[in-house]
Amino acid sequence: MNQYDAIVIGAGHNGLTNAAYLAKAGLEVLVVEKNDYIGGAAVSRELHEGWIYSSCSYVCSMMRQAIHRDLNLTKHGLILVPYLGNVAFGDNGETLVGYTDEEANYNALRKISPHDADAMFRLHADLARYAQLIRKTLLRTPPDPTSFRPRDVNELLWFAKQFWGLGEKELYEYIRFFTMSAADYLEDYLENDLIKATMASAGIIGTALGVYSPGSAYILLHHVMGDVDGNIGAWGLARGGMGAISQSLAGALQESGGEIRLNAGVRKILVKKQKAVGVVLENGDELYANIVVSNLDAKRTFTQCMDEDDLPPGIFKKAKNFKIRGSSGKVNIALSGLPKFNGVPNNRYVNRGGQAFVGSLETMERAYDDWKHGCWSKDPFIESVIPSAWDPTVAPPGKHWMSNFVQYCPAELADGPWTPEKRNTFGQIIVDKIERYSPGFRELIVHMEVRTPHEIEAEVGLTEGNIFQGELTIDQLLFNRPFPGYAQYRMPVKNMYMCGSSTHPGGGVSSACGANAAREILMDLRLGNTVPDDDFYDE
Amino acid sequence: MSSYDTIIIGAGHNGMVCACYLARRGQKVLLLEAANEIGGLAAKREFFPEFQVSVAHSISHFSAKVAKELNLESHGFINPSCSLPTVGLNRNGEHVVLAHDEGGAASLSGVSEKDLASFKNYQTLMYRYAAMLKPFWGTVLPRIGVSGISKAMTYAKLGLKLRLLGKSDMREFMRIAMLPARDLMDEYFDNDLLKALLSWDALIGSKMAPRSPNGPVVSLLYRMGGDFEGAHYLPENGIESLIYSLRSVAEASGVETRTNFPVEKILIQRNESGLKVEGVTMPDGEIITATRVVSSADPHRTFIDLVGVENLEIQFANRIRRLRSEGYVAKLHLALHGEPKFNGLAGPEGRMIIAPTMDTIEFAYDDAKYGEFSRQPVMEVIVPTRYQSELAPPGKHVISAHVMYVPKMLKSKWSVDAREEIKNKTIDLLAQYSPGLKNLIAHAEFLTPEDIESNFRVTGGNWHHADHVIDQMFMMRPTYEAAQYSTPVPGLFLCGAGCHPGGDLMGAAGHNAAHEILKS
Repeated sequence: MNQYDAIVIGAGHNGLTNAAYLAKAGLEVLVVEKNDYIGGAAVSRELHEGWIYSSCSYVCSMMRQAIHRDLNLTKHGLILVPYLGNVAFGDNGETLVGYTDEEANYNALRKISPHDADAMFRLHADLARYAQLIRKTLLRTPPDPTSFRPRDVNELLWFAKQFWGLGEKELYEYIRFFTMSAADYLEDYLENDLIKATMASAGIIGTALGVYSPGSAYILLHHVMGDVDGNIGAWGLARGGMGAISQSLAGALQESGGEIRLNAGVRKILVKKQKAVGVVLENGDELYANIVVSNLDAKRTFTQCMDEDDLPPGIFKKAKNFKIRGSSGKVNIALSGLPKFNGVPNNRYVNRGGQAFVGSLETMERAYDDWKHGCWSKDPFIESVIPSAWDPTVAPPGKHWMSNFVQYCPAELADGPWTPEKRNTFGQIIVDKIERYSPGFRELIVHMEVRTPHEIEAEVGLTEGNIFQGELTIDQLLFNRPFPGYAQYRMPVKNMYMCGSSTHPGGGVSSACGANAAREILMDLRLGNTVPDDDFYDE
Repeated sequence: MSSYDTIIIGAGHNGMVCACYLARRGQKVLLLEAANEIGGLAAKREFFPEFQVSVAHSISHFSAKVAKELNLESHGFINPSCSLPTVGLNRNGEHVVLAHDEGGAASLSGVSEKDLASFKNYQTLMYRYAAMLKPFWGTVLPRIGVSGISKAMTYAKLGLKLRLLGKSDMREFMRIAMLPARDLMDEYFDNDLLKALLSWDALIGSKMAPRSPNGPVVSLLYRMGGDFEGAHYLPENGIESLIYSLRSVAEASGVETRTNFPVEKILIQRNESGLKVEGVTMPDGEIITATRVVSSADPHRTFIDLVGVENLEIQFANRIRRLRSEGYVAKLHLALHGEPKFNGLAGPEGRMIIAPTMDTIEFAYDDAKYGEFSRQPVMEVIVPTRYQSELAPPGKHVISAHVMYVPKMLKSKWSVDAREEIKNKTIDLLAQYSPGLKNLIAHAEFLTPEDIESNFRVTGGNWHHADHVIDQMFMMRPTYEAAQYSTPVPGLFLCGAGCHPGGDLMGAAGHNAAHEILKS
């Protein structure tokens, strides 16, 4: 069979979500995936015998609860387990231990700075309020501010009402927050550099901005607006690795009769008379569908899977100018035992949480400066987690695996292309840095896998290895994402849609992009909506 | 003891503009200036016997409305027939030159046909946006969230103007308004020198570099709202003719001006009904009373130093303290025995920019953000004597250069040696473009942001008083409780570059403040 109602390109979490909702509405859906496994960047892979790596994305927080519940993902095997704490390491050997328990957390902060311990309540309350507003927009289609169609006008009014309802003072605070740098914003609240650096690190993850770059405060929000089991701002792991999310979505899809075809990379999207009619696979097979949905990033979709001639003028250039910059790397390490860190009590709170090697604001900013020069950071920011400490399914008994997200790492080096030697040097820098805080760490290493933007792009297909499928700066957010005029998931060619993180609300394993796109497609097909509204908790 | 309707603190151009408007409406105005000379950063000063220069060395968008309403032309402020060319200097002499002819048409040389074509598109679009925003720089932007039809109208008008751009230009505006200068330039051009040259005006004066989002494009559009659509010019009798013409109008309107008159404190009366401004006090204890006080000093100096935190609500005081106003531009002034020669230029014409690539600017900024010297600074150079020979003895010349990025807070602390070091470094760099320069130097003066702060009483040595970044612009400049020129202290107003629309020699802040005061 080569005729479907809808073909979704890419079995990442958004593609699967999109397909699941289309299938739920009764469409015959096929998801085509270039790899021999599903999940895209939300994946669990046994890359060393006995060890299951979440080889790309590694933590979960933004998954929309409404979708989790609606698609019954728990039944399909998804269990999210929250962090219990975390620890941040400063340049001079200081550590900051964080706890989910408020009192314990307060006491830990007090040890470093009594002022900041108090200020943190205010900071968290403010961030939670900002997050509350953004959270409301996640499962909505951005309005087109240039349009006078009733739906767009209504939606714009809804947005205006949300903002207006904040009151004058709050509105100004929002504007400040959305445009400032993470460092400047935190300066308003905090005085201790390690505490500031720890908070600011969320403002740079996945982006080509530094902690001093205007706009990074918003990205900080992107990392604190999630929730695990209703605990706002909490982070967690998917039991069995991030692949569990994709597997459960695939379960929901298959339950509704959807189909997934592996080893089926798309060479071209077929366009006839300015209508998408199907795809050509890499092996030459042609598949036809009434609807084609791309879960690939905007740049890849247009510049690699389409002919410039098939597109209206200007779109190709917009896709070329789309900012999707590689800024991070990933190092997955299999360990023969649990590493011990200097100055950190080896307790379950710390083990069941992340380790952030932040250094200081200046260290992080200098790491960014290296990236600007086209080389990896000599003293990088690393965010690590040891999932095996609270998920026994990902490593053999008594053994562990450690995920290390590294920033910054450029997609293109100033001194020529990436080579295996350079990749190893980059990996050694990470090991050296961790060894500084955890003597003996190197001896624990059983297996190690280093991913630069180059590897991430080659395997997952994310252009430049950008984890968000495009920078989260104002020029690429909301009705500007991916391009102004194309933010409502419909693409310039009829019957073609996009459902990846290149669309609103952007990156993070949220499933929101896929669900929003499904809602628009079903509306165009005049079918009943199967996508749930988001649910909110008022604090 | 004497009493006035209005006391204005600071005889910079904004203070003077405000004074003129108020006096012409019959107010008894006293203008107080702490320095010997009026004019603030635009004042002409002798930096070496018989050699003169002003810190501000060109004008890009002095408000045409103010000039017309105050009739500055008949008092000696005369626009030239054409603007200064902007020259992107190349060490080997292959410069990029952007010039405007008398009709205002731009010509660009030294770039490829492709860049030339892109430049036409770029320019058309940017001028459209600049023209759309232009009326709003000279308007008081009301507080948002406060009801009132007339106030909401200002924003409705802005929305309408935006909509009238048409769908595609409106969308593009909403995308590029927050773009870093670098992305905007990369989307249009190939030539590195051209990209650096065009991003220069988006960045200079604020703590921003080509990769910084949320500010540079708006800052660029702000500057493009001038008579020469963003190009810089020198009035016929030099920068000082602006100051002298304003002084002349002020005198004719009955403004009383006192120089050498530093204000110690703004006098504030506290009673059951709250605070009320009474006047100002001088260091010798003299009190001058007035119905209102208008400060053209920067917000930090006005509130923290002159009003005092004891008279301010704590959150407000914090916001003022946290304004980003650290200066990153230094001034180099050279007294020369002869005319400097630049590689590949017939004469030292126009505004010469030494910034080979956007990366050079970015990396210069990277050093300075940690409080260090830029390993390779970038600068904008003018030879004012080329246009005004009376600034130096016959045959002699002056070089005036804005040098970026020089931090106000040097990590190793400013000292005589530190200043010497950066001065020599800057001269060395300049000499690479102008061989033989060093032999011409009779005297060199280097004003760090710290020097500018102490000599001109500008916090941070920042000529914008507060950076031009989105969260410090429009109805948030300097902060939302003081963005409509009135302040939380009844009777105290602001009229300087720290309020909407911002810095540079524009005069709109003074104009807007006067209108707001006359309304109240």
